[in-house]
Amino acid sequence: MTVELGQISLMAALLTALVLGLVPMIGTYTGNRRFMAVSTTAALIQCLLLMISFGILTAAFVVQDFSVEYVARNSNSLLPMHYRFSAVWSAHEGSLLLWELILAVWIAAVALFSKRLPEVFRARVLAVLGWISVGFLLFILLTSNPFGRLIPSAVEGLDLNPLLQDFGLIIHPPLLYMGYVGFSVAFAFAVAALLGGEVNRDWVRWSRPWTLIAWAFLTIGIALGSWWAYYELGWGGYWFWDPVENASFMPWLVGTALIHSQAVTEKRGAFGNWTLLLALSAFSLSLLGTFLVRSGVLTSVHAFASDPTRGIFILAYLGIVVGSSLTLYAIRAPKMIQGGGFAGTSRETFLLINNLVFAVMAAMVLTGTLYPLLIDAMGAGKISVGPPYFGLLFTWLLVPMVLALPIGIFTRWQKDTGSRLAGMLRWPMAMALVFGAGVWIMEPEIGFVSAAGVTGGAWVIFGSIFYVGHLLSRKNSLKIPGSVLAMTLAHVGLGVFLIGLSLVSTLSTEKHLRMEAGDKYQMVDYTFEFLGTKIVQGPNYTADEGEFVVYKGDKEVTRLYPQKREYAQRGNTMTEAAIDPGFTRDLYVSLGEPLDQNGRAWAVRVYHKPFIRWIWLGSIFMMLGGILAAANKRYRRKMPATKPVNTGTKEVTA
Amino acid sequence: MTPTRKRRLTAVLVIIFGVSIAAVVAMSALNENMLFFVSPTDVEEQSLPAGKRFRLGGLVAAESVSRAEDSLAVTFVVTDGAYSVDVRFDGILPDLFREGQGIIAIGQLTPDGHFEADEVLAKHDENYMPPEVADALEKAGHVESE
Repeated sequence: MTVELGQISLMAALLTALVLGLVPMIGTYTGNRRFMAVSTTAALIQCLLLMISFGILTAAFVVQDFSVEYVARNSNSLLPMHYRFSAVWSAHEGSLLLWELILAVWIAAVALFSKRLPEVFRARVLAVLGWISVGFLLFILLTSNPFGRLIPSAVEGLDLNPLLQDFGLIIHPPLLYMGYVGFSVAFAFAVAALLGGEVNRDWVRWSRPWTLIAWAFLTIGIALGSWWAYYELGWGGYWFWDPVENASFMPWLVGTALIHSQAVTEKRGAFGNWTLLLALSAFSLSLLGTFLVRSGVLTSVHAFASDPTRGIFILAYLGIVVGSSLTLYAIRAPKMIQGGGFAGTSRETFLLINNLVFAVMAAMVLTGTLYPLLIDAMGAGKISVGPPYFGLLFTWLLVPMVLALPIGIFTRWQKDTGSRLAGMLRWPMAMALVFGAGVWIMEPEIGFVSAAGVTGGAWVIFGSIFYVGHLLSRKNSLKIPGSVLAMTLAHVGLGVFLIGLSLVSTLSTEKHLRMEAGDKYQMVDYTFEFLGTKIVQGPNYTADEGEFVVYKGDKEVTRLYPQKREYAQRGNTMTEAAIDPGFTRDLYVSLGEPLDQNGRAWAVRVYHKPFIRWIWLGSIFMMLGGILAAANKRYRRKMPATKPVNTGTKEVTA
Repeated sequence: MTPTRKRRLTAVLVIIFGVSIAAVVAMSALNENMLFFVSPTDVEEQSLPAGKRFRLGGLVAAESVSRAEDSLAVTFVVTDGAYSVDVRFDGILPDLFREGQGIIAIGQLTPDGHFEADEVLAKHDENYMPPEVADALEKAGHVESE
């Protein structure tokens, strides 16, 4: 009976979402304050109902109720306890429920932490979020119910996909969804502003912390996905330009443009319409991503079970959301107030460059992702777009962005002079050039492009740090505004990321070998000795476990134990790579397949990956920067209905 | 035109110029990196030039996988039921690679009519068939026996 309660709870959540979408919205037009106040209650009740629903599904996994079809498909009596929790979101139905739960949590958070907003505006935001929730609840209930019963009940479950039996999967989807779904809040703020025809730009300030938090979650969610792919897929790749990765990357690119254009709009009033458009696009791209993943229209390593009705539903939903919000934008945007002008040399210009680059990047990824669909639809054959397309374009697009970034940090709003900037920026520029040249001399094989990448990363890092120094020296005090620290942290993260990316893409050594027990292989400074394999018994798998000793000179560095697992229930084979991680290099060994009958000879991957950790380290910095920026005190101050326009050329930080 | 307007117009023109260049570069990069999906029947019916990269998809024919003694070189046959292609590969095959499984191999034809693969993909889920492969099998009249 319990799982039926889960479904009833889900239906009740749908009714609550309808109330949330309708009643406060009517209230804002009739001026009925009681109607508007319904929004808080409805948001909280909806969240509670979804927690109940989600809790019941989780309980079904924990107690192994194989009479529930979804549980029977994705669990097994041998599945270890901690994976029973993550198994809840391992397949389509449950991960949608997680999506919806996270949406409900965001809505409840908006309801709880936006009490300072004007009543009408707040009611509109929550009502818009209510409608988004209605769409997703309908999607779940009509096409993807996780609570369906299996009659007769299964005796044993099919087991969780072994690839997903991993720590990375426990945390990757929730964090990613926090980001995806979080953009719905920025979307709702933008729609609410358009609905109200807000003549001022207060909505931007109000929505900034929400956007920043969503962006931070998306950043770390994507980075975790990359890390997971690196160690779990067994062949050491960290980014594949897979359509599903692209689906999460597009909202990130637009979201990054958005957090920067919000800064301009909040501080200077410029880019007002553009910020609105980005806020609408970021969430629309999140939905597009969901559509691409769920509908099965794309060939991808993330093979979610595809079902045409689901695809059509999401497409219709996407059409409604994008269509109605863009129509609203077309009608209302011309009425929105425009900010002041700015000179060619001004922070606005540099942030404009940032926005252009990110918008073009997102457009490129969108093109590369959708082009195969277009070609197929025209009947011109089935194609795929290779990673070199994306790699080439990003390399070129990063050039203007990286060059402009530190200059933009130092530039004043509205108007500045080139000579002042040159005076302040020559030191970080010189240091970056020396650093890049030094790395190139030490590692000549990285080549020009990577050396330029390292220099660019160093330029961003030195520029950011010098700016902090500049503020310190000017103010003669040790207090640095939180927003500057946040910005510096995120930009240093980008620099670290760029350096890591440049080095790992050119310094990596990857070798596929045939190794017999006793064989040695020398790679860079390390010698890998294969001692052989033995059989290891796991809770729900049997594995061949290899043992490798890694020496540097005569000294033993580490022992690596890669596994080749056979999961009994599904009959899957899985590669578990063994990695010795390090700040400057990873040693990576994974087993391919046995090459002879007695299991002495194996196909083995041996990789040396310098600085690969820097990619994720940089992402962590970016995430922390986002969170720190969102935590800024000024977002928690009492919000005045209208803010006087700041016309001074005072150096204000983004 | 006021100076402000003039400046704005210049800015807009510069942006349009930059974006169009980016678009041209992107389209040419797209065309260069486009890989067509080809089934064994297509290989038989169309004369594909040797040296042109494409994605070959189909089932790994039963008892066709053969390994070298002392290296990672492997040969196997990819079939769609109607026709088949000999594939050579030097490297580690994915976990889900096995006879009867739908796979995609990326590479090119050699002058002697072999397919030289530099990458072999099998999907994560053993129940999953790459949509292109399923489509090609259907066209070739291959019926799934489950």
